Amino acid sequence: MPLPRPPFVAIGLLSACVLAYEVLLTRLFSIVLWHHFAYMIISAAMLGYGASGTALTLLREKIAGYIGPIYLAAAIGLAFLMPATFLLSQEVPFNPLELLWDPFQLTRLLSIYLLMMLPFFCAGTGIGLILSHFGQQAGRVYAFDITGAGIGSVCVIGVLFLIPPHKLLIVLPALALFAAAIAAVEMRIQPRWLWIVLLGLAFLVLVAAPPGWFHVHPSPYKDLSQALNITGAQVIEERSSPLGQIAVVESPRVPFRYAPGMSLNAVEEPPEQLGIFVDGDGPSVLTRFDGQLEPLSYLDQLTSALPYHVLQRPHAGPHVLVLGAGAGSDVLQALYHGAIRIDAVELDPIVIKLVKERFRDFGGDIYTLPQVHIHVAEARGFVNATRGRYDLVQVALLDSFGVAAAGVYGLSESYLYTVEAFRTYLSRLTPGGVLAITRWLALPPRDALKLFTTAVTALERSGVDDPGARLVMIRGWKTVTLLVKNSDFTAAEIEAIRKFCRERSFDTAYYPGMRPEEANRYNVLAQSYFFEGATGLLDRNPQAFIDRYKFFIEPATDNQPFFFHFFKWDSLRELLALREQGGMPLLDWSYPLLVATLIQAFVASVVLILAPLLVSKARRALPPARVALYFLAIGLAFMFMEIAFIQKFILFLAHPLYAVAVVLCAFLVFAGMGSWLAGRLQKRFHRSGHLTVAVMAMGSLALLYLAILPSLFDALIHLSDLAKIAISVALIAPLAFCMGMPFPTGTMRLAFTAHEAIPWAWAINGFASVVGAVLATLLAIHLGFAFVILLAVTIYGLAAFALRGFPQGVAE
Amino acid sequence: MERPFAAAAFGALIYFGCVIPLPAAEYEALRQEMVREVIAASGSSPPEASVIAAMEKVERHRFVPAWLATFAYGNHPLPIGHGQTISQPLIVARMTDLLKLKKDDKVLEIGTGSGYQAAVLAEIARSVYTIEIIEPLGKEAARQLTSLGYDNVETRIGDGYYGWPEAAPFDAIVVTAAASHVPPPLLKQLKPGGRMVVPLGAPFMTQYLMLVEKQLDGSVTTRQIVPVRFVPLRGGH
Repeated sequence: MPLPRPPFVAIGLLSACVLAYEVLLTRLFSIVLWHHFAYMIISAAMLGYGASGTALTLLREKIAGYIGPIYLAAAIGLAFLMPATFLLSQEVPFNPLELLWDPFQLTRLLSIYLLMMLPFFCAGTGIGLILSHFGQQAGRVYAFDITGAGIGSVCVIGVLFLIPPHKLLIVLPALALFAAAIAAVEMRIQPRWLWIVLLGLAFLVLVAAPPGWFHVHPSPYKDLSQALNITGAQVIEERSSPLGQIAVVESPRVPFRYAPGMSLNAVEEPPEQLGIFVDGDGPSVLTRFDGQLEPLSYLDQLTSALPYHVLQRPHAGPHVLVLGAGAGSDVLQALYHGAIRIDAVELDPIVIKLVKERFRDFGGDIYTLPQVHIHVAEARGFVNATRGRYDLVQVALLDSFGVAAAGVYGLSESYLYTVEAFRTYLSRLTPGGVLAITRWLALPPRDALKLFTTAVTALERSGVDDPGARLVMIRGWKTVTLLVKNSDFTAAEIEAIRKFCRERSFDTAYYPGMRPEEANRYNVLAQSYFFEGATGLLDRNPQAFIDRYKFFIEPATDNQPFFFHFFKWDSLRELLALREQGGMPLLDWSYPLLVATLIQAFVASVVLILAPLLVSKARRALPPARVALYFLAIGLAFMFMEIAFIQKFILFLAHPLYAVAVVLCAFLVFAGMGSWLAGRLQKRFHRSGHLTVAVMAMGSLALLYLAILPSLFDALIHLSDLAKIAISVALIAPLAFCMGMPFPTGTMRLAFTAHEAIPWAWAINGFASVVGAVLATLLAIHLGFAFVILLAVTIYGLAAFALRGFPQGVAE
Repeated sequence: MERPFAAAAFGALIYFGCVIPLPAAEYEALRQEMVREVIAASGSSPPEASVIAAMEKVERHRFVPAWLATFAYGNHPLPIGHGQTISQPLIVARMTDLLKLKKDDKVLEIGTGSGYQAAVLAEIARSVYTIEIIEPLGKEAARQLTSLGYDNVETRIGDGYYGWPEAAPFDAIVVTAAASHVPPPLLKQLKPGGRMVVPLGAPFMTQYLMLVEKQLDGSVTTRQIVPVRFVPLRGGH
């Protein structure tokens, strides 16, 4: 049965559905496991897209007569499998924390992969089928495909503000069934009433799916699960947004008593607290406050209280900027120390709302006190844009000790701890002002020393001759605090620091003029790692120390914003050998996991791409290697560009979530337009000259952006959010427009010459996207995002060249 | 038809981590092997003879869930339910060793967990007081310790923050339940000259051990010990 036309609208909807599902899975697996495992599982699952291309190549002849029904089956399969596979995967007893010594955990992880691939396989089959059957209209099919994805990416973020993620597991299947109904109409599939049945089914799912089936079971090793094990502990409030699932826990029988690294000399007990968990990690706490400062005295027993003892007070009290205010522990600390103005910056409006409204009486409504000014903003973006000046910039210790100690940060970028960030913080200080950063103590030290060298570099780049005179680092038994001053520390200040430490049995790790025998006194380490590290980093040749050190402590920059990357291969070898002695917890696990993700994606891709070559019938239909190279190149390069530019815009849009949503959506929608135009041009002229133009335009734009974006962003950082979004979209539009052209151009060339090869091209492109996404992060870690962009431009150039090797001749 | 079914059932058992228990003599052999491994892994600072003797004696497989009994003597942590773990034998040995227990000592443990650490302590010290916060775990550990005849172990379920004032002061304290800070009441219940050990890290991942020593004058110092011989600075220094 010949099909009249491709199901354009249905394809767009299907794509939107799949992209939304991808975002949803990131949320769900972050709640169930941890963020980096979410990344690992989803990139494996996305291989299902490519695998569908392989299957289509192998089964091409058998399915030729049934395009419509198979498309429908794939769409319905997607609807069913989206919730089913996730719920089933939760039943697999996988515990990543035991991966190292329990070999069965690997087989369990593998079964989660295979399960999660299924929905993506269905979606890939549907789209790949239509692309190959209607190859001559590839421009329009692809345009609908990626425009749909772009719209899906924005919509899902919006929807996640309204409903919790597990409810979306009901909405998405309904949407997929709705898409199937539309496809039945668009492709005029018999029987005529089929679309009504599908529509009815979509409606039925939406209203009748029992919500009880869609439960999310977090790992018992997550902080929240552990807190709830305690008798009497219960969740008293739950809020959800795309930024995270927030749970507020009350534990009346065994109070939280959260005072990270409190001095062993202290006798205070923290007041009543509520635990706040984000995606099951935490807690940060909301402390009972009734205006009395006395019960807060425990906050003076933490290493993070140090700056308040250093600040010389020319006026009544310091002006403090708290970055990452959360539920307000650091704000209370500032209040306790008599701050007269506190600007508190917190990214998640829900946390602020909880403090201001739901737990207003409990927390004493600290965010509406006259001296406290709360700002909903991303910390770095706020500092970049602010014109305020502060005596103290306090970077709060917000991540949970468990996550930090497990060395599993995920290689998420952080623009809070880069050299550029430090320079900005310093420039926002009043004369004599201090930047204070507190981190968990890790042994042997890594983040403390990385912070130290970041500060040294920032001071040097700001033209300070003797950075050592402006730095102080102290450590307790569980936390480390670094102070960076914007002038030299005075003798009186140093005396105050020594007194502070002496009274609390904290160790001075470094201060200007410190003698070696003063280190390592109260909390004794095998060697005075911190002092030796600090002095080594202030040495004439710090690079030698950094190279020699067994963790990666090179400072992070905006171009390589991977502060939590501490991994070195040499140490892996050494620690693996020390496995039996408990060496593994010392390792930073996120990097090896990223490499493992890349390897698994690469191996699976090679096997599945090459599989058709082993089957002689399919092999005959395959075009020359240049075609493979072309689709590989454009898949890789698209992901490189997209990921690198998302990073560039995060700093400008000053919000990780909105930046991703806006940039991704703009990229996909404008690429969709480019694709549509490329299709028109290709059809009209049967030539691909436009591609060369597009690639050249794209290359020049990318290079231009690399050169001008930093200064442009600096100049425009003060604009309103809406203006910044508009500018971002305008900047991305021409670039994305060009990037949308290569795929349909290549596909249509094949459609006219080697039609049978389209599914194979689809497979290669699918795999390249997965490998490209992971590889982009890995390359950025080592070489920076600027390099990733340059590489993408080069690869696009190669692709344009490879297109010349496509089969010649016009079929029509 | 039956064989594939049996194979599938066996495969499923292994996949879900269920293994059939072994005879007692085999556990004995495994235990000896575990202690040898612990000594080998300790390198130049092996645990004291009393600690080794205790670990040779305590039946670790009784303190893990039945389906994990066969794995009980591997030198790694194991899950015991409720999001808790039984520590790696090497860490148990290191922690016990750091306490430098004498025969007459009275020990407090915060976080009974499986009860294994308490049993090891009870083999060396005169009396052990142990508190668990998670009710089912505490009950199971208490039952197991009684059934194995550890009548010098007192168990309790509840909040460990205030220690066990009726039995205080203690010669040694172990705080295995992760806390954001060391509860001041516990330090108070430690005798001058006494020692306290706190393991720090995430579940399954002990990163370092903190040894708190209370001097005779009441002042407190700590030592932070990475269980591994891994020196971050090489050459040059």
